[in-house]
Amino acid sequence: MQEFVYACPHSIEEAVAAMRGGDARALAGGTDLIPQLREGRRRAVRVVDLKRIPELTAIAALPDGGIAIGAAANATAVARHAAIASTYPAVAQSACLIGGVQVQNRASLGGNICNAAPSADAVPALICHAARARIAAPDGTRELPLEQLFEGPGRTLLDPGELLVSILLPPAAPRSAAKYLRFTPRREMDIAIAGAAAWLRLDANGVIAEARIVLASVGPTPLRAPAAERRLAGERPTPALLEEAGRLAAADSRPISDTRGSAEYRRSLVAVLTARALGDCCRQLGTGIATP
Amino acid sequence: MKTLLTCTVNGEERAVLADTRDTLLELLRDRLGLTGTKEGCGNGNCGTCTVLVDGAAVCACLMLALEAPGRDIVTIEGIASGAGRLHPVQQALIELGGTQCGFCTPGIVLSAKALLDANPAPTDQDIRHAIAGNLCRCTGYGKIVEAVAAAAASARGQ
Repeated sequence: MQEFVYACPHSIEEAVAAMRGGDARALAGGTDLIPQLREGRRRAVRVVDLKRIPELTAIAALPDGGIAIGAAANATAVARHAAIASTYPAVAQSACLIGGVQVQNRASLGGNICNAAPSADAVPALICHAARARIAAPDGTRELPLEQLFEGPGRTLLDPGELLVSILLPPAAPRSAAKYLRFTPRREMDIAIAGAAAWLRLDANGVIAEARIVLASVGPTPLRAPAAERRLAGERPTPALLEEAGRLAAADSRPISDTRGSAEYRRSLVAVLTARALGDCCRQLGTGIATP
Repeated sequence: MKTLLTCTVNGEERAVLADTRDTLLELLRDRLGLTGTKEGCGNGNCGTCTVLVDGAAVCACLMLALEAPGRDIVTIEGIASGAGRLHPVQQALIELGGTQCGFCTPGIVLSAKALLDANPAPTDQDIRHAIAGNLCRCTGYGKIVEAVAAAAASARGQ
């Protein structure tokens, strides 16, 4: 491992000052960063440990009824948080997919986001819930939709001196539900060959008012599936509709072939996973349709 | 660069000179001589280096030594209750043949201890989830799961 300076700031201001210069890496759980530094896959002159900053590890209710998840809060804390587990179960369940227990006790959602793996398991459910990223910079803070943060594999659009502070979940809409499903050869401790998250909001008559579908591991970043989302809006959910949305999501995906699966295989998985995730949303919403 | 740091290891406060780049695993094995914690993959996939940090199972290879100050660290050397009495999980692994080459055993024991400390009556599913991050390449998991369940039952006095 290359020599680096270890900084342990106690406030966001100190952390932003330590990130300045663009040659620093933020450290939360370290489950991605430490092996990357050891293997020379990422370099850092300074490593800025965020875990002594209270706001970075806190999970707190927002005045609007939403929840702020500190970027360095670990996956176990997220999964066990009562309000997240009850109001955003897809977020809690996704957090439990990151590695095994040892990794979940350390890995943060902020790290899962900033590592920017297309397969990041925590991300699709967050985007489905229209999560926003709160970012601190030397000249103040800014917010943007989480889905706009990604540039490509391993790359975000954070400026080098910027720091992801928290992930903001808006209040859950009435008659809405979300689900993330992934396919892995092993049940645990594996990386998704493909994943799909779905979010549905029904109107008072049981018609789909709005749908969001986010795909993992089938593009350079987490991907929305706009054709599938458009097809669902304004329709009453039926098994045939959900399967059609799955096929449209597969067409929206942009997978590559690699050692874990071929592009064709991934597209097939997207169709199945999307339909099943939508079906799970319908089950949660009690629509009474037979789910694919 | 070397830094002097203080942390609690197996109930004892230890002051130790560590390199900035040391992982917790290197701190334990190479600086403190606690070689019961094993290095397997070195990147968080095998769980062989599992220790408890503030009661939570973590991979010692994925944590910097410099993150240890103020933390309470427990390794395999620190869980027997003394006077030759093993931890119930250790005892059950021996009695039920839940160990063969033994390399994964320290990590399995600590993952199981963390589980039983939080959940004294786990289901087989709970046990399998708790040790999903611990790879065993020889005994297989059946006997390990049986041993953890037996340890839980004996700790409950059944």
